Amino acid sequence: MRGLSSDIRALVAAGALVLLLGGFEMVRPGGISLSHLSGGLVTIDLLIRAGIFTIILVGLNLLMGYAGQVSLGQAAFYGMGAFFSAILTVKASVLGIPAVVAKAWWWPWLVMGGAAVLVGGFSFVVGWVILRLREHYLAMATLGLGVIVYIVLRENLGMPQLNLTGGFDGIVGIPRLRVGALAMWPEARYYFLVWGLALLTIALGLNVVRSPVGRALRAIHGSEAAAESVGVVVPLLKAQIFALSAALASLAGSLYAHFQAAVVPDTFGFVPSLELVVMSAIGGMASIWGAPFGALAVLVLQEVLRTRVLGLVPVVSGEMEPVVFGALLVLIMMFWPSGLVSSYWGRMAARGGGDGPAAGGAPSQQGL
Amino acid sequence: MRSVAEPATTELPARTVPGPRGPAARAPAARRLSSRGVLGTASAVLLLVFWALGRRLGYGLSEYLQLLVDGTVTGSVYALVAVGFVVVYRVTGVINFAQGAFVMLGPMLAITFFRTLGGSGGLALAAAAAAAVLATALVATAVHRLTLHPARAASALTRIIITVGVYISIQGMGLIVWGPRPYALPAFTTLQMADRLVTVGGIAVQAQTFWIWGTAAFTLALLALFFERTVVGKAMRACAVNRVDRMATLAFGLAAVLGAVGGIVLSPATRPTYDMGLELGLKGFVAAIMGGLVSFPGAVVGALVLGVLESLWAGITLSGFKDIFAFVMLIIFLLVRPQGFLAGKGEVGH
Repeated sequence: MRGLSSDIRALVAAGALVLLLGGFEMVRPGGISLSHLSGGLVTIDLLIRAGIFTIILVGLNLLMGYAGQVSLGQAAFYGMGAFFSAILTVKASVLGIPAVVAKAWWWPWLVMGGAAVLVGGFSFVVGWVILRLREHYLAMATLGLGVIVYIVLRENLGMPQLNLTGGFDGIVGIPRLRVGALAMWPEARYYFLVWGLALLTIALGLNVVRSPVGRALRAIHGSEAAAESVGVVVPLLKAQIFALSAALASLAGSLYAHFQAAVVPDTFGFVPSLELVVMSAIGGMASIWGAPFGALAVLVLQEVLRTRVLGLVPVVSGEMEPVVFGALLVLIMMFWPSGLVSSYWGRMAARGGGDGPAAGGAPSQQGL
Repeated sequence: MRSVAEPATTELPARTVPGPRGPAARAPAARRLSSRGVLGTASAVLLLVFWALGRRLGYGLSEYLQLLVDGTVTGSVYALVAVGFVVVYRVTGVINFAQGAFVMLGPMLAITFFRTLGGSGGLALAAAAAAAVLATALVATAVHRLTLHPARAASALTRIIITVGVYISIQGMGLIVWGPRPYALPAFTTLQMADRLVTVGGIAVQAQTFWIWGTAAFTLALLALFFERTVVGKAMRACAVNRVDRMATLAFGLAAVLGAVGGIVLSPATRPTYDMGLELGLKGFVAAIMGGLVSFPGAVVGALVLGVLESLWAGITLSGFKDIFAFVMLIIFLLVRPQGFLAGKGEVGH
């Protein structure tokens, strides 16, 4: 029971923080925004993107950190959700969907939910097949899957005459979300929507981890044969968790599409999949609370690299970002394979500093 | 595809090598046979599809031969890259994603050195290429010493992600140093940007094609000699059982040499860019998987088969879908036959 109550306390604290930041941005006391306070680093825009990534990362952490199944192609599901929403709202007329339906306020929400269900179902079937593979074989298969989905999106689903995905250029003019007459916009409103869903996702993730399912997942991570011997239906559970992570990524993709109002396939390629792994690694794969920290850490770091470091090195013709990014991935994997954030919480807990948010949830410090 | 695969099984002595930890490694013999049957049927169907689609486009024998020749050119480069994957995997048990970075560093450094040397003359070109290969090998050994060596106790996956990080970093440096634009290396025969075309039986072949074939064959023959005849080479093969650190560094250097040579010899025929390593690295990896990841002949055959099939596929479908083929092959091979199509009894698995 102690674990449960600490979860609820952490969720309440996180919710309060979300409300505080969002409320601050809405009121802007004395005309000061978050961007002013942080020297342009933390904007409401960045917080929204962090919320979107948090939703993906909770799924990815369940899959990689708890079940021990690696995905190097998670951006594919993110992209599928984004393009589902984009195509069915912008190109509805091409598909013969009547304008009455396509223009209704509930249509994008229906598409969002439908996309998550479809992508989840698709990945359940795919997962059932490819999750038989272990370790690096699985990593490579998911990588291949990610590249295939990316190319299919880039090449207009193989049907250039319909031009559904818009090829390299993607789709622009995706409508904002509404509830009845209430628009989920400006950004501060969208922020509340995204973080509300992100906190729900975290609650869901914590629930999964604390339930018997979570114990079964950790058993799979430890030894599949042993898990099987105590009655865990390993292939089913792996496919289910893969489907859940894909559905969450799809949901995040839809939220991203309605946030950016434009989607291009390059956002969902091979490198973005790796970025998700980096975020997961930084936050700590075997930690649900690692998700928001990993997302925020990476986004802020990218912002620093883009706006600060580039000015310090005047000769460079390209961007420093990938160099530092890659080096960071190497260093984290070498020295903190269980993640920066959860390593910290783990130490705090070991020192007797009470239960940090991640302390109760981390099954082990072995990481991958 | 089958006819190529069959005789080669006899050339492979049963060695003690780390088998893939895929499910099929533990599969009974009957299962293996059936997976082979699946693969044979699939390739027959694939050839039929190629033939049918080609007929629709009005392809004759010469068109197919042209596509075949083109396929063996990229296939030869895939072979060099793929063998690099196998060298590292056999010694360290790691899939070395950084291999793609070395495929990029080779030609980019060669072009830079060539310009430094005045930018003309065969001697300068040869010297630049040799220096580039050496420099790439040095980078690779340094990378291994600094990253994978300290992390040698970590799990295979952690180490694979480390090599991914190395790849991203080196490619990022490539972008900073060389920018996003494509570069060019003169053709080896003419020493000009324009290459000589050789027409044989109605098929136009660039003179560089012969350089690519020749270099790949020569390099792989040298490697085979190294493994069969030298003490170090034999020791490296033994490392597959007892992984010795120095051998791992050497394997990284060797893989980088193979990748750099492949990238350099290909670059007069294509235009090298800072991000060329991603595609060549991944395709080389797919070829290595097709060969079972532990077999050198398997990787070479896998590379040639992949190159040719990909070329045929690109010739008869939308060009944008060219790159999908390799990844579909990747997933099929991982699922149906992770031990590669050359593997016979006793080749993999314990």
